[in-house]
Amino acid sequence: MTETMETPKAAPKSRMAKFWDSDFAWSFRHSPVAVIASLVVVVLLLVAVFAPLIAPHNPFDPATLNLMNGFTPPGTPNAFTQETFLLGTDDQGRDVFSTILYGLRISLFVGVSAVLLALIIGVILGLVAAYFGGWIETLIMRIADVQLTFPAILVAMLIFGIAKGITPPEYRNEMAIYVLIIAIALSDWVQFARVVRGAALVEKNKEYVQAARLIGRGSFPIMFRHILPNVLSPVLVIATISLALAIIAEATLSFLGVGAPPTQPSLGTLIRIGQGFLFSGEWWILFFPACTLLALALSVNLLGDWLRDALNPKLR
Amino acid sequence: MSLLTIQDLTVEFPTRRQLFTAVDHASLSVEPGEIHGLVGESGAGKSTIGAAVMGLLERPGRIASGQIKLGGDQISGIDAEAMRGLRGKKISMIFQDPLTSLNPLFTVREQLVETIQAHLGGSEAEAGKRARDLIDRVGIPDPDTRLDQYPHQFSGGMRQRVVIALALCTEPDVIIADEPTTALDVSVQAQILGLIKELAQERQVGVILITHDMGVIADTTDRVTVMYAGKVVESGTTAQVMGQPQHEYTKSLIAAVPRPTLKLHRFPQISYGGRETRFAIEDMARHWPKVDNDTSKPVLEIRNLTKKFLQRRGLLPWDRTYFTAVDEVSFDIQAGEVFGVVGESGSGKSTVARMIAGLYPVDGGTIDFQGKRVSDLRNRAVQDEYRKNIQMIFQDPYSSLNPRMRVDEIVAEPIRHHRLMDRADIKRRVDELLDQVGLGHEAGLKYPHEFSGGQRQRISIARALATQPRFLICDEPTSALDVSIQAQILNILKDLQEHLGLTMLFISHDLPVVRQMCDRVAVMKQGQIVEVQETSDLFSNPQTEYTQELLRLMPQLDDLSTDGLGMEAE
Repeated sequence: MTETMETPKAAPKSRMAKFWDSDFAWSFRHSPVAVIASLVVVVLLLVAVFAPLIAPHNPFDPATLNLMNGFTPPGTPNAFTQETFLLGTDDQGRDVFSTILYGLRISLFVGVSAVLLALIIGVILGLVAAYFGGWIETLIMRIADVQLTFPAILVAMLIFGIAKGITPPEYRNEMAIYVLIIAIALSDWVQFARVVRGAALVEKNKEYVQAARLIGRGSFPIMFRHILPNVLSPVLVIATISLALAIIAEATLSFLGVGAPPTQPSLGTLIRIGQGFLFSGEWWILFFPACTLLALALSVNLLGDWLRDALNPKLR
Repeated sequence: MSLLTIQDLTVEFPTRRQLFTAVDHASLSVEPGEIHGLVGESGAGKSTIGAAVMGLLERPGRIASGQIKLGGDQISGIDAEAMRGLRGKKISMIFQDPLTSLNPLFTVREQLVETIQAHLGGSEAEAGKRARDLIDRVGIPDPDTRLDQYPHQFSGGMRQRVVIALALCTEPDVIIADEPTTALDVSVQAQILGLIKELAQERQVGVILITHDMGVIADTTDRVTVMYAGKVVESGTTAQVMGQPQHEYTKSLIAAVPRPTLKLHRFPQISYGGRETRFAIEDMARHWPKVDNDTSKPVLEIRNLTKKFLQRRGLLPWDRTYFTAVDEVSFDIQAGEVFGVVGESGSGKSTVARMIAGLYPVDGGTIDFQGKRVSDLRNRAVQDEYRKNIQMIFQDPYSSLNPRMRVDEIVAEPIRHHRLMDRADIKRRVDELLDQVGLGHEAGLKYPHEFSGGQRQRISIARALATQPRFLICDEPTSALDVSIQAQILNILKDLQEHLGLTMLFISHDLPVVRQMCDRVAVMKQGQIVEVQETSDLFSNPQTEYTQELLRLMPQLDDLSTDGLGMEAE
C-alpha cells in the first residue's frame, strides 16, 4: 500500500535463515504429523541407502547363509546354532532384518524412479496440451482418458507382460526392475498431465504470458520458463502422493509375482514369500516387511497431505 | 437516535509475525434513509468495517475494542446464533460481484422466496407475491417471466438489481453495499446508484456505501467518512468533505481525482505519508536515442481491422458461428501523440490493442507500422524489428509479472531475447532502469510479490522501456490502481511521451482519465468506431448520440475541491 521502499534490514539474512523463517517452514515445524512422517521417511531412506553398512548379514550372498538357521523366531536363539536374530529368519535362514533393508532399497528405487519418469512425461504432455490446444490437446487428453479406464495395475501388468515377451531370457532378471519402473510410470503419468494442463490453462491467460509473447518469446521458452515454474506446486503434491502409490503398486506387482525377481527381492516380494508361512506359525517373515511397507507408504502419504495444505493459499 | 452506530471500533488480525490493526478506533453512525459513504484506498480498512458489522470477519480477525450498536442494541460480541438471526434480516449486504453472490442453481424466485420465508415466515404464495413486487420495484422489466429465470440469464446490471431485491426482501434496517458498482459499466453504474438512493429514501433504510471511487461518493452519498490506514481521517457531510477538505490526506486524495472538465498538465504531487516516488525522466531522456518524430505521415496505419471469435464450434464450416469483436476499424496514429480508445466493456477496444500488439492474429484488414506491414505474423524479419519498437503496459499489475521470476530477470528478458547487449551491459542497463522508475536497483533482487500495485506497475514500465521502444500500448494501465497511485502512473506516462517522444495508444473506459491523457480519442461501440476527434472537441462538442450519452453519464465532480489544481491547469 505504501509507495515508499522498505528500509533495508540491518543484516541481510542467509538463504537458509530466510527459508527457516518462511511461512512454509513455519507450518512444517508446527505440524507434528508432518515432522514425524518426514522423520520416518528420512530414517527409512537412510537405512535403505546405507543397507550394506547396517545390515548384519548380506542375505543375497549364499556363502553367509546357514540353512540350519531357518525359521528362527525373532529375538530368541536358534535351537541348533545358538545364533540370535533381531527379527528372526526365513525358511532359508536369511536374516529378516537384513532382507527388509535390502528390500526397502529396491522398493524405494523403483518408486522414486517411476514417479520421476511419470512426472516428466506427464508435465511435458500436460504443458503441450494446454499451450497449443486444438487437436494436439484433444489427442493427448483422449489417450489419457482411455488409459484411465483401465486399472493402473492392469496397465502395468500388460506393459510388464509385453516387455517380458520381447526381452531375451538371459536379461530378463536384470531388466525386470527397469521394466517395472516403466510399467508403473506409464500407468501413472495421466494424473500429472491432467493437473498440469488444468493449472497451465489458467496461467496461460495471465498477462505475464502475454507480456512474454509480446517480447517475441517462442512457445517453448514461454512454456518452460514462464508457465512451468508457476504450475509446479500442485505437481509436487501429486508427486509425493504418487510416490506412496507407486511403492504400493510395485509391492502389489511383486506380490503377484510379476515384479522384482526373487534374486532382487523388494518389500512386495518379501511379503509374497512370507505369506506362505503365515498359517504355519512363522508370522514374522510376513509381519515385519509388511509393517515397513505400511510405515513407508503412510508417512509419504501424510507428508503429501500436509504439503497439499501448506501450498494451498486458500487454506492458509 | 442513529440507526447504526460504530464507536471506537478496533479490528485486529493477529498473524504469527505481528499484530495487524486493520481498523483503528473508527467511529461512524448512520441515520435512517441516509447513504453514508466510506471511502479510502485499498487496505484502508473500509471493507473490514463492513465485515465487522455483519459479523463476518475472517479468521483470525477479531474486534479488539469498541462497540457496534444497531438501533440501541449492541451487536458486537454477541454469539454466532444471535448474529445469524440479525444478518440478512436486520442487516443485509450487497457485494461487488453479482455473479458470485447469487446461487447459479436456483431461479431468482426460489432464492427470494427462500430468504423471505426464512426471515419473515408466511406462506409460499405470500412470499412469491412479495418477490414479484420487489423485482418489479428494482426496475427489472417483465417481472413475471424474469422471476423464473436463472441468474446466468441476466446481464451484469440486471443481476445487481436482483441482488438489491434480495437485500431488501426482509425489510432490513441497514444495508452494507461493498463496491456495488465497481464491476459494472458507467452507464449501468449510474442506474444502480440511482436505484439504491431512491430505495434508501423510500424505505428509510440506512446504507453504508463502501467504495474507492470519489465520483460515486460525490454523486450518491449524504455523508462521508474518509479512511486511511485503518484510521478515520475525516468525516462530515459529503458537500463539506468534498468541497472543503480539512485533512491533508483528503486534500491530496481529492486532488488526484481526474476531472472531466479541467485538463491538467500534471497531477499534483501527493504529499501525504511520504508516498511520492521520484521518476527520473531527465536521466532517462539523456540515455534515450534521439529520434525526430516525423509528423508528415502517420506512424501507425490501421485499415479495416476485423476480428472474429468462434462462438459455436462445428465440424463443418457452416455449422460454426462467429462473434465479430472488431468490425472494420480504421484509424491513423501520428508520431508522438497519445491516441485514446474509449468504450464500455465488450466494445472491442482491448481486442484492437491486442491485434496491434500481435497477440491476436487479424482476421481481416491491415496494420502498417512505419510503412511496413506488421499484421502478417509470418514475416519474421519485420516482426522482430516491430517487437523491439512496440511494448505494452497491462491492466493488472498482479498478473502481468511472472511471480516466479526475479525482478531483474523480468526487466532483462526483452533485452536478452533481442540480443541487444552482452551480460555486463544488461546488468547495468537493468539497474539504471530500476533506478529511473524510482524503485532503486536493489529492487532487482526481489520477487514481484514483495511490491505493491503501484510499484509493480513501475516494474512493468521498466520492462516496457527496456528495448527503448518507439510505441507504447497502454491497456487500462491504471484501472486496477488506487486513485493516488493512478495519478503517479499517469504522470509518468505523460513524462514518457513528452521527454522521450513516445507514441502511445491509450485504452480506457474512464473518460476523465482519457481527457487528461490523450490528444485524440476514438469512441468504440460494439466493435465499431463511432467517432474520432481531438480530445477537447470530443468533450465540448460530441458528434454522435452515443458519445453524448457517455458524457452525460460521466460523474461531473463539480463539487470536488479544486485546491492545488489551479497551477497545473492548462
